[in-house]
Amino acid sequence: MFLGIDYATWWFLVFGAVISGYAILDGFDLGAGALHLFLKKEESRRIALNAIGPIWDGNEVWLVIGGGALFAGFPVAYAAIFSAFYVPFMIFIVGLIYRAVAIEFRSKEPGKIWRASWDFIYFFSCTIVTLSLGLMLGNVALGIPLDANHEFAGNWLDFFNPFSILVAVTTLALFMMHGAIFLTMKTENRLFVKLTILAKNFTIFFVLAFTLTTLYTLLYIPHLSDRIRSNPVFFLLPVVLVLAVANIPRQLNKGAWRWAFASSSITIATLLLMVAVEVFPYLVYSPINPENSITIANAASSPKTMGLLLRIALIGTPLVGMYTAFVFWTFKGKVKLDEMSY
Amino acid sequence: MNTEVLARIQFAFTVSFHYIYPPLSIGLGLVLVVMEGLYLRTRKKIYEDMTRFWIKIFALIFGIGVATGIVMEFEFGTNWATYSKYVGDIFGSALAAEGIFAFALESGFLGVLLFGWHRVSPPVHFFSTVMVWIGSMFSAVWIVVANSWQQTPAGYHIVGEGTQARAEITDFWAMVFNPSSVDRLLHVWVGAFLAGAFLVLSVNAWYILKKRHLEIALPSFKIALTIAAFASITQLFLGHRSADGVAHNQPIKLAALEGHYDSLAVADLYLLGWVDQNNRTTSGIKIPGGLTFMLHQDFKTPVPGLNSFPRNDQPKQINAIFQFYHIMISIGMALIFLSWLAMWLWWRGKLFDQRWLLQIFVWAVALPQIANQTGWFAAEMGRQPWVVYGLLRTSDAFSRTVTANQILFSLILFTVVYLVLLILFLYLLTKKIQHGPEQHVEESDAEIQSKRQLPNRK
Ligand code: HDD
Ligand code: HEM
Ligand code: HEM
Repeated sequence: MFLGIDYATWWFLVFGAVISGYAILDGFDLGAGALHLFLKKEESRRIALNAIGPIWDGNEVWLVIGGGALFAGFPVAYAAIFSAFYVPFMIFIVGLIYRAVAIEFRSKEPGKIWRASWDFIYFFSCTIVTLSLGLMLGNVALGIPLDANHEFAGNWLDFFNPFSILVAVTTLALFMMHGAIFLTMKTENRLFVKLTILAKNFTIFFVLAFTLTTLYTLLYIPHLSDRIRSNPVFFLLPVVLVLAVANIPRQLNKGAWRWAFASSSITIATLLLMVAVEVFPYLVYSPINPENSITIANAASSPKTMGLLLRIALIGTPLVGMYTAFVFWTFKGKVKLDEMSY
Repeated sequence: MNTEVLARIQFAFTVSFHYIYPPLSIGLGLVLVVMEGLYLRTRKKIYEDMTRFWIKIFALIFGIGVATGIVMEFEFGTNWATYSKYVGDIFGSALAAEGIFAFALESGFLGVLLFGWHRVSPPVHFFSTVMVWIGSMFSAVWIVVANSWQQTPAGYHIVGEGTQARAEITDFWAMVFNPSSVDRLLHVWVGAFLAGAFLVLSVNAWYILKKRHLEIALPSFKIALTIAAFASITQLFLGHRSADGVAHNQPIKLAALEGHYDSLAVADLYLLGWVDQNNRTTSGIKIPGGLTFMLHQDFKTPVPGLNSFPRNDQPKQINAIFQFYHIMISIGMALIFLSWLAMWLWWRGKLFDQRWLLQIFVWAVALPQIANQTGWFAAEMGRQPWVVYGLLRTSDAFSRTVTANQILFSLILFTVVYLVLLILFLYLLTKKIQHGPEQHVEESDAEIQSKRQLPNRK
């Protein structure tokens, strides 16, 4: 217990924060990748790549930390989730591999075909990664069937249900919007104008996808909004969400792209918070036999480990924050290509 | 094939592929720190040129290391669900610490290392290089600690029973400093230094043979040679310490490494040999009583052999374990011989006259790689049939709910993906090497500025 909240809940919050951090940070990398082919000129593509070049790897580390955090704090959930999502997860990982090497390899050869192929692979892998991330998130929100050992008891083809597919598409729209806004911070002149337009279009795309998902949820899976509907305090979340989304085009019109970026970051965090509020205290809900569900209590590591982890997080987070800030500061401002660039 | 075997093949394949790159990153990191340190002290152009050349190669290697490492992070969950639940309490904290302390450090500063040459001052850039190197050293710490815990568990107790049993931490520092972690960590580190140093040696030996980039190649060769010479001799001692530890903590593994079957007999040390698993005998070129001598400094004390232990607690592929182990040791000896021969010639002032020696160095890049891989294979296969030594059997550890077909799918997927990666990697690496370092780019700040305005320059 710490401040009246037990360790497992604290760790759930830490885990949630790490995942939100990942979604916000790698979200713009993946989004920028997913709209790579919308940029037609070689120079624009290089600028877009170099905008994320020095930072994407650091952003991806949040995923690694998240994986470690889940493994350490809730080993039962780690085991259940990753063995259940075996196939989508392998595809997700292959996507991440190709994203990484596409960034690295593309610039190594001047040939047109070489570059065009890597551009496509880059775009494709970022899209696949985002979609599979959304698909898995959708299924976690929905719950997956578990047996008495807290292991997966369903068929992986069921992961492709309408709700999860909608969530996947919404995630893609969200990241593309976020990525486009990030790129507006990094570009100038005509490319900048083009990205501003793209950012607005993806905002519309996101609003449409999100509305559709919400309607579907309210109509077919009402229990997924139980907690928010029954508790007025949580009503704040959708309100914040609507305000944040509405703020994006406003800030873009004003040219205040940093605020636009802050708004889309808040959008991502709020969406994840809404999911967290709905699933808590479950980590993996088992709809067919709820008594087999994995909760933060029955999945948690020993209190000793939890205490240890919280200390690690307490020491580690400021450190990570410090050097992330240092790196972002070093590469602040518009992208300038030089001989070390991709 | 059943799920267990497939899961093991798949894990071994992906982790082995990953392990081609981290040792190179760690070793090259050290080389870079030395080169850039020399540049900072002397401000000589050649040191700048060599640093920048190796940064580019480092970037390529690091990229693939990261890409393949992500697979490993999650594979404990996908393939070894039961194991993950069993060790999560212990293993997870090491993995979480690795992410937050090591990976975040190295990948954060990597951006500055790769792209910051003109953006930050030379001391800040050097600082970033050091941080990336330290980060990569740290990533080895936590993962090797985690692995060492499963070789020699300590600082835990078991709660629950049957399928619900799991290990919980009782003493964090006892877990971290379990009986084998320090020895193994040092051994892994130095193995990585050797991998990096021999890559640099190989490339520069080739330049010297081709008479290219000589102003850079000669000093680079000497820097790497110095590292290699000291690392290789250190590795002999560290390996010996590891073997001592294995004899103490995992006597069955030791017997397997040396193919020593007879229970309680004076044990021999083989230089080369073959294990006849059916008749449970080993033959080859040996030092009689050598193993006994190594462990007890006499020729009398018996060492327990495989026959002194229950059959179902022994690994099955004794011959493979024996061979992997002996390949590693032979390579260790060869590296010592090679690097000290070169040191001696250097001292005599004749280092670069020996074409044949340079030729050997060109190919020697493969040796530390092979030793690193076979070392892990010996250590991991020698641990069988246990995942967690003495506590959890491999046959109980895999994911029950993942089907053999799913694993086969991912195995094929990764084989294809990795094959493509390897080919592209080697292609780009050779190209970079053939292109060589950019020499004497004596640029004034104004020139750099003007280049920045020319975005299309490659
Ligand atoms: C000797 C050290 C060592 C060993 C035994 C391993 N690794 Fe590794 N790993 C590294 C040393 C390293 C490294 C040098 O630190 C890398 C290479 C490139 C990099 O970013 O870090 C890395 C990368 C790397 C990454 C990507 C980090 C990033 O995004 O920056 C992950 C997730 C893992 N590894 C996980 C593993 C796991 C789960 C292993 C166990 C089977 C493993 N590694 C064995
Ligand atoms: C990076 C270098 C490594 C290599 C090359 C390597 C190699 C191998 C090999 C060959 C196997 C298969 C053994 C067999 O089935 O007979 C294996 C299995 C395994 N290793 Fe490692 N290993 C490495 C690092 C690690 C680390 C650092 C860990 C954990 C921290 C680890 C954990 C495991 C586990 C859980 C298995 C599967 C279960 C088993 O077969 O024991 N390995 N590894
Ligand atoms: C020179 C003589 C050497 C000896 C006597 C030696 C001894 C050993 C022993 C006993 C182990 C098993 C440790 C365990 O299972 O806990 C081991 C593992 C290993 N060795 Fe060596 N080794 C030698 C040289 C080398 C060289 C030259 C390299 C690489 C360049 C290398 C790389 C490794 C690696 C990566 C492992 C697996 C990690 C570990 O278990 O520590 N070894 N070695």
